[in-house]
Amino acid sequence: MSDLPPIPPDDEDEFGVVKKFCYVNRKAPYGTVYALESLEMVLIAAAFDQDVSVVFMDDGVYQIKSEQAPEAAGMKNFSKTYRALEGYDVEKLYVSKESMEERGLTTDDFLVDVEVLDHAALSALMAEQEVVITS
Amino acid sequence: MSKLHTVNKSPFDKNSFDSCLTLAEDGSAVLLIEDGVYAAVAGGDVAARIADASSRLKVYVLGPDLAARGMAEDRIADGVSVVDYGGFVDLAEAHDAVHSWL
Amino acid sequence: MKFGVLVNEGPFTHQCSDSAYQFTKAALEKGHEIFRVFFYYDGVNNANKLAEPPSDDRNLTANWSALAEEHGVDLVVCVAAALRRGLNDDILAPGFRISGLGQLIEAGIQADRLVTFGD
Repeated sequence: MSDLPPIPPDDEDEFGVVKKFCYVNRKAPYGTVYALESLEMVLIAAAFDQDVSVVFMDDGVYQIKSEQAPEAAGMKNFSKTYRALEGYDVEKLYVSKESMEERGLTTDDFLVDVEVLDHAALSALMAEQEVVITS
Repeated sequence: MSKLHTVNKSPFDKNSFDSCLTLAEDGSAVLLIEDGVYAAVAGGDVAARIADASSRLKVYVLGPDLAARGMAEDRIADGVSVVDYGGFVDLAEAHDAVHSWL
Repeated sequence: MKFGVLVNEGPFTHQCSDSAYQFTKAALEKGHEIFRVFFYYDGVNNANKLAEPPSDDRNLTANWSALAEEHGVDLVVCVAAALRRGLNDDILAPGFRISGLGQLIEAGIQADRLVTFGD
């Protein structure tokens, strides 16, 4: 993405409050715009120094499939931005084990390092979140 | 933390309702809105899933969205409570966060 | 209690904006504060003042503007999402303002609850 927000300094604390923000991605990329614009929301939350987690489940697991080449379909390739998340201290990336497996995927298919959680672990993780933003 | 989960998709179209029921933590509430209200109609396959979950989740349905779709409140499965928009607000207030399953 | 509301779809294709509007109105009637309503994705189209729905149907853009007028509700349209969709200050309905995505994150932080409406 050409319009990435600036990476914040470590001591930035815009509102003096750090909340647990969880983005739950359940939609595949390219067929609709949700994956791309959701990623922009993730980057902004990180720029505000919030405690950000990103969950990929259901068709959302397709968002981080490696080797995306949407140029052939005339669309912008934003998949590289997932790799930039680390630079924004967004390192809590989770994938639903069941969603991954039922789609015949393994972690080798993903373009970023993720933690794979089963339903019980994912449910527990999401239960702790203070702000849940879904798309 | 307990959450209010909302579901706005028909269970016969998308898996949002299934995913919500699978991942909603015990003690949380589920509110069916928009096309999500079809999950609450008695006699269908989905109502049985709601009955199974009723020991660990409270299930609500938005009355105005039922009425809009010609579903009378007496068609609603046992264990599902009907609320209006004010009730939606009350549920959001009573839980620690709102998770919308779209 | 302070609520934040996120609206992710436009005013007609999906019920999203209707639901968000009814929720917001009910919260105000109960004496709650609406910290902000943020419009993202195609939700930015709610702010287009050129919309002219038939007179026997509801006009969501006008309804949102009325909430801003009567209750001072802060209606914020995401600038990046708006520019993509051809929405700018020239066609912005009364009561709406265009600003950055940081306004959504601020709503998430400052409001007691952030409620998302979308497709």
